[in-house]
Formats: sequence, structure tokens, C-alpha cells
Amino acid sequence: MKTPLAAHDASSVGIVTASRVRRGRRRRIVIAVLAALIVAMFALALMVGRTFYTPGEVLGVLLGDDVPGASFTVGRLRLPRAALAVVAGACFGLGGITFQTMLRNPLASPDIIGISAGASAAAAFAIVILGFGGARVSVFAIVVGLAVAIMVYLLSFRSGVVGTRLVLIGIGIAAMLNSVTAYVLSKAPQWELQEAMRWLTGSLNGVTWGDVLPVLIALAALGPVLLGQARNLSILQLGDDAAAAMGVHTERTRILLIVGAVGLIAFATAAAGPVAFVAFLAGPIAARIVGPRGVLLVPSALVGALLVLAADLVGQFAFGTRYPVGVVTGALGAPYLLYLIIRTNRTGGSL
Amino acid sequence: MTAGVSPSTSGVAVLRRPTRVRLLWLLVVAVVLAGLVVASVVIGSRVVSWDDVIAALDGSVDGLNQAAVTKRISRTVLALLLGACLGLAGAVMQGVTRNPLADPGILGVNMGASLAVVTGIAWFGLWRFSGFIWTAIAGAAVTAVLVYLIGSLGRGGATPLKLALAGAATTATFASFISAVVLPRGDIAGSVRSWQIGGVGGASFEAIGQVLPFLAVGTVICLLSARALNSLALGDELAAGLGERVAIARGFASLGAVLLCGAATAVAGPIGFVGLVVPHLCRLLVGVDHRWLLPFSALTGAGLLTASDVLGRVIARPEEVDVGIITALVGAPFFIAIVRRQKVREL
Repeated sequence: MKTPLAAHDASSVGIVTASRVRRGRRRRIVIAVLAALIVAMFALALMVGRTFYTPGEVLGVLLGDDVPGASFTVGRLRLPRAALAVVAGACFGLGGITFQTMLRNPLASPDIIGISAGASAAAAFAIVILGFGGARVSVFAIVVGLAVAIMVYLLSFRSGVVGTRLVLIGIGIAAMLNSVTAYVLSKAPQWELQEAMRWLTGSLNGVTWGDVLPVLIALAALGPVLLGQARNLSILQLGDDAAAAMGVHTERTRILLIVGAVGLIAFATAAAGPVAFVAFLAGPIAARIVGPRGVLLVPSALVGALLVLAADLVGQFAFGTRYPVGVVTGALGAPYLLYLIIRTNRTGGSL
Repeated sequence: MTAGVSPSTSGVAVLRRPTRVRLLWLLVVAVVLAGLVVASVVIGSRVVSWDDVIAALDGSVDGLNQAAVTKRISRTVLALLLGACLGLAGAVMQGVTRNPLADPGILGVNMGASLAVVTGIAWFGLWRFSGFIWTAIAGAAVTAVLVYLIGSLGRGGATPLKLALAGAATTATFASFISAVVLPRGDIAGSVRSWQIGGVGGASFEAIGQVLPFLAVGTVICLLSARALNSLALGDELAAGLGERVAIARGFASLGAVLLCGAATAVAGPIGFVGLVVPHLCRLLVGVDHRWLLPFSALTGAGLLTASDVLGRVIARPEEVDVGIITALVGAPFFIAIVRRQKVREL
């Protein structure tokens, strides 16, 4: 009686181990491929443009050589732009997947439940009405972003928070904040469509190193905080009671996660605007590539960076006009949201 | 007034109100509306004396003040008309979809009309106002069908969550498309801005005259559907059992709502949340009978949009805030309140 059971145990342990090893390997391969793609796309973003520079020239600029023409175009124009695309994309990806995992709902991403809209309205308000610049804009955006996050959570609290209610209330809040942004923009001295587009859909036009630096610092500071909570985050998915029983301080974890994610989103939004749907898309795409289970923070960050980088390239060069990056991701993301609704409807599951 | 004391204290709309109460509310709404009309003519971003107002009402246009009042008259007429139409369209949409969150703005119908007009201007050289109206109505119709189809796929039919999400996603996509269509055309960007935020500031009697037939037809269709909407409220099976041809009734009522939304967007751009707030308020006043609810929604909608427009002129003097922004600021908290009140399984 004992032996078959032990054998059975041994074989099932073997299966579990094998599948874990397989998933771990697949995960490492995916991460490596994504990173390689980002590097390739980054190099492409530095090379192409109105004038094409060879890899040698670009490398020369990166190493600090003085290459005539290329030093300015690549070093001052293309490099900050591509850098912000990667950094902001990673911020959106990380922030998005944190919310989606924590609230156990792919729709509960910051750009659907109004947090990006709040940060964007705050940044536009700080710049146009208050005349702020630099770091003060980011701080203002973060404060408002956090306030919106708390407000959405509190408003959807009615003997417990239910995912659908939170999403719907977030949609309402986002509609309100978008109209605030529209109002602030109508107060701007002149209606500069390209510039305004930054706060409506997100744009990387005219990026300087001064814009990139705060986001980079935010990612370096808050990214590790979120990654450090990765384990607790995946345990939190089991529900509060189970997580508490497994030794997770649920409230402390949740506060850390919210502050970290909102901070990342707000910093990225203050620099690049609310690049439409990146936070919403990165997580599900990463889940699709990596496979189920496991924490998706790093893959989502990479997918987010790749999305923004590629969308910016497409927006700049694929059409006759230079479109801001948010128009491209917006045109991509909304159909995906519709697809998500249709697919869940067909399988009969709940969103 | 004793009859008006509601037996229910939970805030749920009462099924039937005595006719006396309804007539009383009708009187109240009419008086408030008249007051708002006067306020809309008298109050504005420019302070105007009573003498100037009276002179302008006589048709005089001497000086800036009287010209401003003349402008306000056409603007007030437009706000009244559009408010009535949007309120009515909202009530019909909520009846057709049996969904408390239905609204031409939230479901993306107004944005669809806007996208159609912008595309027409940018790509097909549309410039006549009559062309705007037809294009906007076509855009509204296509969007309404699309959103309803997406929202009602699968189990449970068109639940509020699915419809609202389908609407929000459609709105976001269309906003991106509008940007994509407008950006290459710097020459039309200024005129296209009014298709992104709704406002009644550019009102003229000429435009009102052109759009009026569409609004009238839409209103008549909507009001004629009142009885059918009452049957539909009981559920499709029961409505069919009562002899209602469900699909036809639904299509007919939707046609009226789409006409109203499309024509309203053609003249003022996308204005949201009026159609959401108004029917809910009116249900509290007169109950759920659509034969009373629809006319009341029209009256209250006219009042709400006029009040929002006056508010938009006053709060940021000497400039103005577009009425579409005000209605969103006022309406979104209302949306949230409705979501909070619903039971979870109904979402």
C-alpha cells in the first residue's frame, strides 16, 4: 500500500519539477529575446530618421566621439527620445501589471481606471495654469495620481471591493478627469495641437535629457521596490485570508505596491503624457508570451518598453505624417480591449 | 401633496405616481426651465444691463452688449433643443438596452458621429452643414449598432459593465482615430477642435433651422415608442407575450435616439452625460412609465444643458468653458453614484 503511493508521489513530484523547470527556462528565454529586441529596436531608433547614420557612426556618438552632424542629431535628439521610450514604457508596463495582478482583473489597469488620466490632468494643470516646470510637475502628478487611486478604491468600497464596480467607477472618474484636461488645454495660450496631444494621448516629441532623468531615477528607485514585493504580490492573488495565513502583511504590501505603481505611472506620465493603453496591454501580452503563472513584472516591463519604442518608430516613419506615439498605441489598444470583451463573452467567463 | 409622500424610503423609483403629483412636478420643471431661459439670456461672460437685454429682445443690435445678448438668444435656443434631445435620447437608450448606464456619450455614439464628420471634412472635402448632419447620423447609427453588438455578445446579454466597457473602448479608439485624421491637416485642426469637445457657443439660427427637421423627426419617433418601451421594460418574453414585436420596437426606438444623437452632435459636437443623468432624475419625479418619463426627460434635459451652459459662462469669466466639459464634470459623479447603488450581480 505504501509503495504505490510513494511511487505516485515521486512521479507527480517529477512532473511538477519538470514543468517548473520548463517554465523557468521558457521564461528566461522570453526575457532574453525581449531584451535583445529592445536593444535592436533602440539601435534602429538611433539610426533612422531624416538622415540615416550607420551603426559605426551611432556607436561613435555613444562612446563620446565627436561625429559631425551625428553628434547633435543622434546624441541630442534621438538618444533622449529613445531612452524615454524605453524607460517610460517599462514604467507603464510595471505599473500596469502590478494593478492588474493586485486587483485580479486585466481591466483594472491604471489607464482604464483613471490613474493615468489623473496624472495627466495634473501635469497639464501644473504646466499650463500654475506655470510649474521640471520636478515639481512630476511631484504634483504623483500626488494627484495617488489621490485618484485612493478615491477610486474608496468609492468602489461597499462592503468589500468588487472588480466590476471598481472598473466602472474608474471609467467614470477617467471621463471626468479627461474633461478637466480638455478644459486646461483650452486655457493654453495658443492651441498647439501637437503639444496638446501629449496630455491627451502621450507623445515623445521634443524630449530632452531633462525629461528623461526624473523618470529614470523613479524607475531605479521604485522598480526594485515592486520587484521586491513580487513574491508577496503573487501570494496576494490567493486572497487576503490565505495570504495573511502565509505570513504576508497584506495591508503593508498593498500600500507599497500602490505607491510604487502609481509613482512609476505618474513620473512616466509627467514626462511623456499618458501613452494610451501601454499599461493595459503590456501585462496581458507578457502573460500570453511567458505562459500562465509566475510573476510577470519583468516581462511586462520589457513588453511595455518594446511597445512604446516600436509604436514611436511606427508613428514617426510609417505614415506621411509624424504621429505622436499615443495615437499609435491608442489605435492598437482599444481594439484589443474590444477583443478582450468579445473573447470573454464567448467563453462565458466573467471579466 | 400628501399623495406625493413616497412609501419607499430606499430611494428606489416608484412605479406609479398619482397624476396630481406628476402635474405638480410638470409645473415645477416648467417654472425652473423658464427661469433658466431668462438667466441664460441675462447672464454671460459679459455683464449686460437690463436695458440692453430688453432692447436686444426687440431686435436692436447697437453696441457690443446688445450684440452679445442677441448671440445669447440663439445660444439659449440651441441649448434648450439639444438638452431636450439628449435627455430624450438617453431615456430611450436606457429603455431599449434596459440598462441604467446607457447614455449617448458613454456608449460612444456621440464620438462615432464626431469621427464620421471629422473624416468627412478631412478626406472627402465635406463643408456643407447639411452634409455634416447626414454624416453624423450615419456615424452615430453604425457606432450604436457596433457597441450594442459587442456589449451584448455572450452570456447575460448587454450587462451594464459590458456595454459601458464597449462604449469606453470605442470612445478611446475613436478619439485616437480623430487625432490620427486631424493631425496631418494643420489647416483644419482649428475647426475640428469643436468636434472633440462639445459646446453650444457657435450657435446660429441658420444651423438650428437646418438641424431642426431631424430633431423633430427623432423626437416624434422617440415619443411614439413610449408604450413599446413600457412593454420592453418587462423583459423580452413578456413583451412578446403582450403582442409587442420586440425587434421592431427596439429598432424603431433606437432609430429615433440615433437621429437625435447624430443631429445634436452635428451641430454642437459630442456632449456626454446629459442623457445619463436626466432619466434617472425624472424617474424619481414621475416614476418609470415612459409615456411620462420621455417628455419629462426632454424638459429636464433642456433645463440641465441650459444650466450647464450658464455655469460654463460664469465660472471662468471673462472666458467660457465649453458645455461638454461642464456636463462631464457634473455627470461623472452621478455615474459613480449609480454604479455604487446597483447590486453587484446586476453589474
